[in-house]
Amino acid sequence: MTEQPQLLEIRGLTKGFPGVQALDHVDFTLHAGEIHGLLGENGAGKSTLIKVLTGVFKRDAGTIRLDGQKIEARDPADALSLGIGTVYQEVNLLPNLSVAENLFIGRQPHRFGLVRTGEMRRLSEELLAGYGLDIDVANPLSTYSVAVQQIVAIARAVDLSAKVLILDEPTASLDAHEVETLFKILRDLKSRGIGIVFVTHFLDQVYAVCDRITVLRNGHLVGSRPIAGLPRIELVSMMLGRELAAEALHRTQRGTVTGEPLVAFKDYGKRRLMEPFNLTVRPGEVVGLAGLLGSGRTETAKLVFGIERADSGQAFVHGRTVRIATPRDAARLQFGFTPEDRKTEGIVAELSVRENIILALQAQRGWLRLIPRRKQEEIANRFIKLLDIRTPDAEKPIGLLSGGNQQKALLARWLATEPRFLILDEPTRGIDVGAHAEIIRLIERLCEDGLALLVISSELEEIASYSDRVVVLRDRRHVRELSGSDVSADTIMTTIAGH
Amino acid sequence: MIRRHLPVLITLAVFIVGYLICLAQFPSFASTRVIGNLLTDNAFLGIVAVGMTFVILSGGIDLSVGSVIAFTGVFLAVSIEKYGLNPYLAFILVLCIASLFGAGMGFLIHTFQIPAFIVTLAGMFLARGLCFVLTTDSIPINAPAYGHIADIAFALPGGGRLTFIAIVMLLTFAAGIVLAHFTRFGTNVYALGGNRTSAELMGVPVGKTTIRIYMLSSFLAAVAGIVFSFYTSAGYSLAATGVELDTIAAVVIGGTLLTGGYGTIIGTLVGVLIQGLIQTYVTFEGTLSSWWTKIAIGALLFAFIVLQRGLSAASLRTR
Repeated sequence: MTEQPQLLEIRGLTKGFPGVQALDHVDFTLHAGEIHGLLGENGAGKSTLIKVLTGVFKRDAGTIRLDGQKIEARDPADALSLGIGTVYQEVNLLPNLSVAENLFIGRQPHRFGLVRTGEMRRLSEELLAGYGLDIDVANPLSTYSVAVQQIVAIARAVDLSAKVLILDEPTASLDAHEVETLFKILRDLKSRGIGIVFVTHFLDQVYAVCDRITVLRNGHLVGSRPIAGLPRIELVSMMLGRELAAEALHRTQRGTVTGEPLVAFKDYGKRRLMEPFNLTVRPGEVVGLAGLLGSGRTETAKLVFGIERADSGQAFVHGRTVRIATPRDAARLQFGFTPEDRKTEGIVAELSVRENIILALQAQRGWLRLIPRRKQEEIANRFIKLLDIRTPDAEKPIGLLSGGNQQKALLARWLATEPRFLILDEPTRGIDVGAHAEIIRLIERLCEDGLALLVISSELEEIASYSDRVVVLRDRRHVRELSGSDVSADTIMTTIAGH
Repeated sequence: MIRRHLPVLITLAVFIVGYLICLAQFPSFASTRVIGNLLTDNAFLGIVAVGMTFVILSGGIDLSVGSVIAFTGVFLAVSIEKYGLNPYLAFILVLCIASLFGAGMGFLIHTFQIPAFIVTLAGMFLARGLCFVLTTDSIPINAPAYGHIADIAFALPGGGRLTFIAIVMLLTFAAGIVLAHFTRFGTNVYALGGNRTSAELMGVPVGKTTIRIYMLSSFLAAVAGIVFSFYTSAGYSLAATGVELDTIAAVVIGGTLLTGGYGTIIGTLVGVLIQGLIQTYVTFEGTLSSWWTKIAIGALLFAFIVLQRGLSAASLRTR
């Protein structure tokens, strides 16, 4: 490919939030007629980069040049008028307006102050025909699929003279055929000289459509490379931030767990969310789920706990068929779940530590059979001591505790219900080093007590250290199950990369 | 196409069925006299309802309209009768005051991101309080211009009269339909109701549109106040209490979604006529207390809100 002129040039971009350096001197260069993959795990700084670029956030330092001109977008509308259009995963259009109105709002053809609706529809049809879309543009946008809505959003952004098109995870809710259609459009736009920034978690798609990739990690630029000739394993190691280690990591010595599985899932899946998978967990066993962000780890957990309702397959507990359609069903089967996003899905920040710990147990008993106050205090204090939750007393609002202690209180919430099967989604995220080790020790102890555990973590060493088996996921599929001596961070990484 | 207009079609069907029931019981419902009176009696309600439709379409609410109607009446009565102001000048003056009042509410709602409910609730108390500052009495308006205007009417075949105020209402609806469906402003109003954040991202002038919406609502409330003063020939501080709620009911029965984004102006006209029809029926029946109107409206409102929930749930499922 001949080198195209630089279209967008970002130098030394820096942006900090209280307590976090979201972007630290990041450089990024986009050429005209290039599809540029922007990759990175959670907290890498991808969305901050996009938001600074489109004027949602103000940068602390650094320069942004478009066609050699320094620019500073005040807000997304301003960015669009400068030539930077963004299409988000959750399509940011107006579902209640017609397709034509969505395309032309603010610039409708008009005469004597009145909108020329017929003319607007004709122009819309012409515009969409260029994207191979033949639909009734008078219908509300909400009557069409997400894929169509996304194409409408792209058509709008490009038509508003976008030179740079940013696509933030556009494929997350599309099926394979729709993704192919989208890619065809992207290649077409590329040949028209538009520079495209493509944010995705799907490695296959990166290789299918991107010319170049830039990887961010923890707000730093890891590297920018042409995709041709870049081995997958190298891309994954750029994203995860570890080289293939020479020394194998030692796992805690433990005999292989045998016996009948406590829970088993057979061909369990949901269309558009997760390919059907098989999964078993035995009592006293830790099964790890590993993969990149968006690979289907959390989706698996949500299906298993009934937060998402599976549309295929069967679930078994002790060999008997069970129905897990809601989290209530799961809790009744003595399952427990601590979610990834502790702050919004886990704790109730305003309630006390005691009330948070007691929550699941009380819900299980039903609200009419209130647990006596004395009993509540007894349970709360027992777990505060058992898990070493650092709080002056049980009545302190849980929002004031540190992340690690909140996590322990969440664990206590489910342990109080005496579960048989616990699902922990990123139990060590955002926790300081000391508490980190404690949580891991706790996981091992629970497992010795005969609990069945399903643990999700992005930390490969960590997951390799306590798991008896590790299921590796890629692109919403369980691709391989590692057990015995195969359970090591290196094997997990090569499996994620697809070798 | 059909599903998009389903709420309006259902409203229309309810009106037609209701009309046929009335007609079966009281054949005089077919006369132009009854129809003319139906339009005249509900003229002021219809005019406010046009403004309220824009407000609700944008995802807001305006609780101040009843008080603005009363304020308009009192202001006219005091300025014309006590201070001898020319009625036409008084009309222009009160329309300007009301527009400024509405623009102020819109400004507060947009600038400080205060819920419209709170701001217009404050506006409601403010306007009502101002009425009592001006006067606590009911002041009759005897200006000759009032008599002239009230006398303007087209004779309909069959003895009915299409009065001036009924014509004002119909013209307001016509203007409202053009404004809502054939101007950029109208599209922006729907955009605000659809998703405020998206609308902003797409470059819709959110602040300007919000201010204009509440300005329009208060302006039309003042027009309704003028029409109401023709109808009653008096200004009274306690007039039009609860009219804001009747108006909201008419808009919702007319098929506009209370959460904004979906609805039509023409539906509101039918909503107003349904309320008028029930009122007329109760009057014809003679033995029923007039509060049965409220009960019927309440039941209807409830049915329509449930229907809207059902329809939006169904449209989510088929997607």
